[in-house]
Amino acid sequence: MKFNIIFNHEECKGCELCIPWCKFELISFDKSRLNKKGVHPAMIAHPEKCVGCGNCALMCPDAIITIEKTEEDRSQGKEG
Amino acid sequence: MSVLYGKPESLNDVPFTFCPGCTHGLTLKLVASVIDEMDMGDDTISVGCVGCGGYMPWFMNVDTIFSLHGRAPANATGVKRMNPDKLVFTYQGDGDLASIGTAEIIHAAHRGEKFTTIFVNNTTYGMTGGQMAPTTLIGQKTTTSPYGRDAGLCGQPLHICELLSTIDGAKYIERVAVDSPVSVRKAKKAIRKAFECQMAGAGFSLIEILSTCPTNWGMSPLESLERIRTEMIPAYPLGVFKDWEEGDK
Amino acid sequence: MTKVLMKGNEVIAEAALRAGCRAFFGYPITPQNEIPEYFAREMPLRNGTFIQAESEIAAMNMVMGASASGARAMTSTSGPGYCLKLEALAAMTLTRLPAVVVVVMRNGPAFGTMNAAQEDYRMNGNGGYKVVTFAPSTIQEAADMTFEAFDIADQYRNPVVILADGMIGQMMGSVDFDKLPAKREHLPEKTWALHGRGQRNGKSEFLFIAEGKNHYQEKYDAETILYPEIKANETSVEIVDVEDADIVMCAYGTAARMCVAAVEAIGSEVKLGLIRPRTLWPFPYETFGQIGDPCKAIICPEINIIGQMIDDVRIASAGRWPVHHVGDSATGPLTPDGIIEKVKEVWKEMKV
Repeated sequence: MKFNIIFNHEECKGCELCIPWCKFELISFDKSRLNKKGVHPAMIAHPEKCVGCGNCALMCPDAIITIEKTEEDRSQGKEG
Repeated sequence: MSVLYGKPESLNDVPFTFCPGCTHGLTLKLVASVIDEMDMGDDTISVGCVGCGGYMPWFMNVDTIFSLHGRAPANATGVKRMNPDKLVFTYQGDGDLASIGTAEIIHAAHRGEKFTTIFVNNTTYGMTGGQMAPTTLIGQKTTTSPYGRDAGLCGQPLHICELLSTIDGAKYIERVAVDSPVSVRKAKKAIRKAFECQMAGAGFSLIEILSTCPTNWGMSPLESLERIRTEMIPAYPLGVFKDWEEGDK
Repeated sequence: MTKVLMKGNEVIAEAALRAGCRAFFGYPITPQNEIPEYFAREMPLRNGTFIQAESEIAAMNMVMGASASGARAMTSTSGPGYCLKLEALAAMTLTRLPAVVVVVMRNGPAFGTMNAAQEDYRMNGNGGYKVVTFAPSTIQEAADMTFEAFDIADQYRNPVVILADGMIGQMMGSVDFDKLPAKREHLPEKTWALHGRGQRNGKSEFLFIAEGKNHYQEKYDAETILYPEIKANETSVEIVDVEDADIVMCAYGTAARMCVAAVEAIGSEVKLGLIRPRTLWPFPYETFGQIGDPCKAIICPEINIIGQMIDDVRIASAGRWPVHHVGDSATGPLTPDGIIEKVKEVWKEMKV
């Protein structure tokens, strides 16, 4: 993976502002879990497809998305 | 490994307490990241306001003073005159700036005070529960305009950028929106330009940010962004109203 | 330096400059205009900041901003402006910011007239704060109190008000600036002053309610620690012949000067004493315990219609003596003759 996409799930308010801008529609709500705020937090389904455009992180009003650039030859990054 | 997007250093490591989807958080993130990019975090003083924007001091990791309703530009005047080399900005909502604080903002611009105002316009009083502001659009229903704003009774929406750009001391005035990633990137550039205007000693600068209040508008956050595009931008055209560098050319 | 003859308002401004005030924000209002005018002349020459603000409200908020940046800041006004400044004054007590506010009182309500008066004794903003309030009675005292006010404000991180009446502001009098009070030592360092977090090794300061406290804790500490400390240290009063007086007068500012004139005019006919609060808050309640057995009544002359400070005098008297007001009448302001007349009237009733 070229990028680590880290979601601070517990602070997600489920506002959806991160979702519609992803060209590859990688971001969705994780219906399998509820965070402490009682919402299904946003998650990235296939982080390996991320091109690091940053739109999701840019639009997140709660700054819970961090995008890190990894060194390309490292095969695995931190899953967020 | 390098962080492309993350929480800026000039924000405290505490969660925002704004409503879900409120663009205050987004805007504060922009302001903080511009401060970081300019490497001014150690030399910035921010001035809060009253309203939802008044939460700013709790989230900004810079020197801050909490200000009375509408009085931030007067506070900032005192702060900047005592700290001429520092980056000073006020962060004010539309109730604060365009209603109770009109005298203070106009005269700060009039004196050409060398600080920047980040003006968050969401066409309503958010914290008090969605009352009509001077910036409320015609026909917009609020708790104090329950039948929709009537221009005959309440006047037309107040255009702060247009108003201030008639004042000589105002040197950089731009209106931006935060309805999409493209707009947000433009907004960030505008904030940077305003801070640079200030640090160049040119005069007063203000960035108006068309923002949302999903809770009081009764819309989802995404519908709220759509409302910026369909209703607010037509009433409040985006663009640069004053640019000291253009003036010099 | 020897004595110089100056107008009260200008004396206040010069004393402030000598106290290190380099930030003044004001707005024109009679009868205090000579104060901002003096600063407008002097600040550019003495490396200071003078701004004529767009309003009384803005001027006070500029003081707040300058004070937050560590400067010795000041503003001046009269009653109609003072009520506008109370918003920010209250905020500064909560945020714990020092400053000096000079109020040169005229009569009211609202516009009133420009005649000197003592009508803002009770004026207070919201939320039950307290500020040290000086009441100068002479031109020298106007200088001394203004000078000391800056130290007191810094010592307690709380604003100080100089409540001068229009006569003190407008009259000419002699003043010796070499006789200003000694500068206080060991004033707390303003580590909280806003100059950017770089000044504090990256730790940012948020001036509102002290870190780690909630609103109630902050107010509780002010009422139970700060204000008692100020009361204990700063209460100031002049006491003249109260031990064996037949009648004790209690007055401040120009009204107290009239009392001195009344003492001279009455001569030995009635033995008069005087309690002259130099600080209106803290009010010198305990001083009334020094009043001797011969005293039969208290007279409280004030330059207003029915009295304002008289309420505190009644509290201080605690029913031990009847308390009489004398002040403005339907024909005009308080005069020394009015006080003399009142003394004679009370004395006559007492002898009957």
